[in-house]
Amino acid sequence: MKSFDIDSLLTDPSIHIIVCTGAGGVGKTTTAAAIGVRAAELGRNVCVLTIDPARRLAQAMGLTELDNTPRPVLGVSGGTLSAMMLDMKRTFDEVVESHADPERAQQILSNPFYQALSSSFAGTQEYMAMEKLGQLHSNSGEWDLIIVDTPPSRNALDFLDAPARLGSFLDGRFIRILTAPARGAGNAIGRIAALGFGIFTNVLSKILGAQVLSDIGTFVAAIDTTFGGFRERADATYELLKQPGTRFLVVAAPERDALREASFFVERLQKDNMPLAGLVLNRVQDVDHTDLTEEQIAAAAQTLRATGSDNALAVALLELHAERMQIKARHKHLIQRFEGAHPGVPIISVPAMAEDIHDLDGLRSVGTALAQHTNW
Amino acid sequence: MPRHAPGHAPGNAPEQWPNVTLHVVTGKGGTGKTTVAAALAIALATDGHRVLLMEVEGRQGIAQLFDVPPLPYEERRVAVAPGNGEVWALAVDTEDALLDYLELFYRMRRAGSALSKMGAIDFATTIAPGLRDVLLTGKAVEVVKRKEKNAKNAYDYVVMDAPPTGRITRFLNVNSEVSGLAKVGPIKNHADSVMNVIASDQTAIHLVTLLEEMPVQETIDGIGDLRANKLPVGGIFVNLMRPPRLDETQRGAALEHNLNSDQIAASLALVGIDTPRLVAVLEREAEDHSRRVELEQRELARLSDLNLPMVTLPLIASGIDLSALYELARVMRDAGVTS
Repeated sequence: MKSFDIDSLLTDPSIHIIVCTGAGGVGKTTTAAAIGVRAAELGRNVCVLTIDPARRLAQAMGLTELDNTPRPVLGVSGGTLSAMMLDMKRTFDEVVESHADPERAQQILSNPFYQALSSSFAGTQEYMAMEKLGQLHSNSGEWDLIIVDTPPSRNALDFLDAPARLGSFLDGRFIRILTAPARGAGNAIGRIAALGFGIFTNVLSKILGAQVLSDIGTFVAAIDTTFGGFRERADATYELLKQPGTRFLVVAAPERDALREASFFVERLQKDNMPLAGLVLNRVQDVDHTDLTEEQIAAAAQTLRATGSDNALAVALLELHAERMQIKARHKHLIQRFEGAHPGVPIISVPAMAEDIHDLDGLRSVGTALAQHTNW
Repeated sequence: MPRHAPGHAPGNAPEQWPNVTLHVVTGKGGTGKTTVAAALAIALATDGHRVLLMEVEGRQGIAQLFDVPPLPYEERRVAVAPGNGEVWALAVDTEDALLDYLELFYRMRRAGSALSKMGAIDFATTIAPGLRDVLLTGKAVEVVKRKEKNAKNAYDYVVMDAPPTGRITRFLNVNSEVSGLAKVGPIKNHADSVMNVIASDQTAIHLVTLLEEMPVQETIDGIGDLRANKLPVGGIFVNLMRPPRLDETQRGAALEHNLNSDQIAASLALVGIDTPRLVAVLEREAEDHSRRVELEQRELARLSDLNLPMVTLPLIASGIDLSALYELARVMRDAGVTS
């Protein structure tokens, strides 16, 4: 199995952004936090941007509140470590406030559609994660390495696609149609648009009601006249992800679904020429090698079982061992399938841990496991 | 040796959903909610029932589990259950659900299609995410209410593979989502009628978890959220449970490195194994396993405190395939999930 060295990645001074991505529930946030701690202790000034950390994990890094500002993590030596949790709504509010005069900003902030859009999960979280990443990055000098944990999307590609989707939505055709009267559109394009708009508003008012439609119109006009260029903004951050100082770590667990997501993501990164550092596989079953095969162990357990209760302990231990070998074999098979499809992608596998992570020491041990990684 | 048989935890029999026709299955990512939803569909279909298993996130997880081609927006039979039962499946797509809605209530499918081509539907569901949710849950409610010509229900049960725990309350609570945007009007009325089913005893929301700290915490928080919003919590499905292979005394010894190595070696010698390394490996694994079991028991106790019906499902070491789904369905039936 082709592997890679996490420490070389973390200590490479030309790398400034590491994006951890993958399906939900594979240990993405833990991986991001663990490499954050490790990079800091290898001497870098690190900021970890997490999206929705579990409470204990946040506590492990000393984060007690979601306040949208990087906070120093105490107890790390070598370099420095800061961590923050993304407050999606506040980040969006800040974007609005920084682009509009106070009166107009207030108008937007109090519109029910703005409130729905800024607190929903339909791409806003991804857009704001990108936005925050852009902010942290332009604040350079303070951190030389930013580690981003991506939102728990239903699909890992959302992180790449949602910002552009939200951007093109806000800059898009229907926004233009809805705001056309405000621009005094009297040209041919305007008239064609108005025709489409007729059907559009007719159906929308059937579904939503006329009041809702007028709320949408107000919101859209306010957003549009205040700051067009959402798409350019999203594009700019997207470009940031293509820069040579950025690396992606795709995180997965040895399960069919998680590896399929990882495959999609790897293919997408390759297609868009985005720099992939490799795949981190969490919770891989590791079994110490003995000279016996799974079949031999299982057969021995079965024979011994027939001899009566005196040997019950050995039977139980053999069955446990056989089960682990079976799981390991399944994991190996899944990993080999992934490798077959993506031969160039280096993989680090991290063994399953017996307990959850509660503190910095726990994160350090994950970091150590990443650096040592298992060889098959 | 006493073994904790997979099945229901004592005193927590799940036969408490007699009126339920809509089973909503949620869970943290990676806990196997799609697998549990599929096995639940088979369990409920057993003995001549017709069950629709639906997914709402466009992941085509059902097709992969049942090893069939990607599902179109169309109800298809994907499996049979013991005793002439049938499992049908549907992958709900927002646009198609909206077209259905327009047709059903306004006979406007054609205008809807034209708008869909223009990207208008994408627009509408982006600007009002609550709209998408009400369309998806609305589709489930439509299926639940659907009658055949003989006035019999089209499906005996509907099982929904729903969004994950972190989003479930928001997803199901369409009423409050929509009423933030529309105080009156047709969509508000639709949301109200959907809510009448979702918040009733016809619906049960089940949570899938693993016996690990984070998923258990998320389950507890999720249940608190659902209850605070008066949404009907069904039961907890504890997935991927590893049966303890050692009893409490043995686990204690394993944790204290106090297992009787000579006795183990003597037992192994009886079956012709004299690999010295093996005893050390087995003891290390016993320690690891014991620590894991302790953690699982601790988390199980936290879940038991919730006083909800609980079904435990075993880890299937060979992985999840069609036969594993039937096995999990059998475990559910044995645990009291009956139809």
